[in-house]
Amino acid sequence: MTQEAVTTNSAAPIPRARKQPAKKLPSKQLLGIAGIIGFLLLWELIPRVGIVEPRFLPPASEVIAALITDFGLTAFWVAVGETMLAWAIGLVMSIVLAVVLGFIIGSSMFLRKFTNSTVEFLRPIPSVALIPLAVLLFGVKIESTLMLVVYASFWQVFIQVLYGVADVDNVAMQTAKSYGLGAMARVRHVVFPTALPYLMTGIRLAASVALILAITAELVIGSPGLGREIALAQSGGAISGMYALVLATGLIGVVINLVMRFIERKTLSWHSSIRSEVIV
Amino acid sequence: MQSETTPGTTPAPAGKTLPGNEAMLSVRNLKKVYKTDGGDIEAVRNLTFDLKAGELACLVGPSGSGKTTLLKCISGLMAPTEGEVLLNGTPVSGPPKKMAVVFQEYGRSLFPWMRVRENVELPLKNQGVPRAERDKLVDDALEAVGLSHVPQSYPWQLSGGMQQRVAIARAVAYQPEVLLMDEPFAAVDAQTRADLEDLIRTVWRKLGVTVLFVTHDIDESVYLGERVIILSSSPTVIQEDLTIDLPDERDQLNTRSLPRFTELRHHVYEQIQLAKQGHRPAAAVQTDSSAGSGAA
Repeated sequence: MTQEAVTTNSAAPIPRARKQPAKKLPSKQLLGIAGIIGFLLLWELIPRVGIVEPRFLPPASEVIAALITDFGLTAFWVAVGETMLAWAIGLVMSIVLAVVLGFIIGSSMFLRKFTNSTVEFLRPIPSVALIPLAVLLFGVKIESTLMLVVYASFWQVFIQVLYGVADVDNVAMQTAKSYGLGAMARVRHVVFPTALPYLMTGIRLAASVALILAITAELVIGSPGLGREIALAQSGGAISGMYALVLATGLIGVVINLVMRFIERKTLSWHSSIRSEVIV
Repeated sequence: MQSETTPGTTPAPAGKTLPGNEAMLSVRNLKKVYKTDGGDIEAVRNLTFDLKAGELACLVGPSGSGKTTLLKCISGLMAPTEGEVLLNGTPVSGPPKKMAVVFQEYGRSLFPWMRVRENVELPLKNQGVPRAERDKLVDDALEAVGLSHVPQSYPWQLSGGMQQRVAIARAVAYQPEVLLMDEPFAAVDAQTRADLEDLIRTVWRKLGVTVLFVTHDIDESVYLGERVIILSSSPTVIQEDLTIDLPDERDQLNTRSLPRFTELRHHVYEQIQLAKQGHRPAAAVQTDSSAGSGAA
């Protein structure tokens, strides 16, 4: 799976406020659950009927059972911990770097023009193309994973911050100036809140990308984590175990996305993408 | 001249000036030329006028007459090409501390990420006004504009008229000596507008603040002001500086039906029409011809 495909898939703008009329809510959730059950049934049937050989695709029940067994193993949780550690450190590093650089470059017309071509050249380089370099530099360690994660998620946040900083309203800025707010106060009270929705979108995208890159790096380089466990299970012939680990990475992705959306909703309650109907 | 049809007014080619240090706000030979790729655009040619402390003056002119440009120069948001603005005798080089601006676009001027109270409080907080004093100023300001019941709402939860009142409250709490208003009621409905006009008169009289109110609405300028400064079309000079000799107590029904109100309104309207047709006051014609060659 290439990073590009995933990025464009999830590159939705700030989520629109979900209008959830009380009546429609249950049927929508029911439909979602029905969809999952349908998918699992299909998965169960295909190997059982013999459309695909069970040694390539074990039935859903077998994989879920393997996953539940995994939940009881320390080794599984150690691998999860290693992946999440690389994910978290990489994400935080890229966010800090992107926010600092984004605010500095974004607030200067000169720097924006000066860096634009370089950014447009570096940004499309797929992170996975850096795997050989990462191995050369750091070997089979968490640093290799970090390098890929930081490179991939940095651009997600950086570009959003650039857009956000450029989106500052002229009237808001003049208001701040006319009331005597200095440069720092304007960044804090005007530029930052304006850029925040963009930043949150960037962070949400970066969180998904960081997970993909963490798993990829572990899988390809063999640095510790879930990705390496998947490769080991595959080479050891533990096909159900391999699928169980894949399922586990999917679950982690879902949880990350839910948490990010929750944070977004909390920090941007005032924003038109989140706020509910006019009260007064 | 047309203006002589209205008795009791004193048309002057330039704005009224005051001797020495009596002026709160002085605009002296202000000129603003925008440099663009397509050549220079002279938005304001030459403006001179004074406001005395506690005066409420309206600035009215045809659209495109550089009203907003003038206001930005006065508020220190933009540097004039020539001439200067003095506040209490001190030249304005950046946004002065004792000046507040109310913009037309209240929706963009208020910060949507702050509640009403935080919006009003922010300039004071930034100045380091102590908590207790700040609270009192904010409470009083919200009370003065009739919004003490919604401090915890967000601006976007309020109607347009209420939002502009929040912006006015923010200006009031800032305790300015000069309050500049840039077509503040252009985007609200007629009934709200009438209420807000009365609010401005009330606030002005209560605080004794000097107000410069920019509008394109002739009725509004006559109803609100003690004085109406009429601008010519661009490149802008002062068409006329008119004293509004209506009684100090004004209300929407009676003041607007006074014969004198109709006369003044008629006069201002006539002047604006003249300005639109390119008529320029006699004094400006001279400067035009002398400045014409140098302006390009």
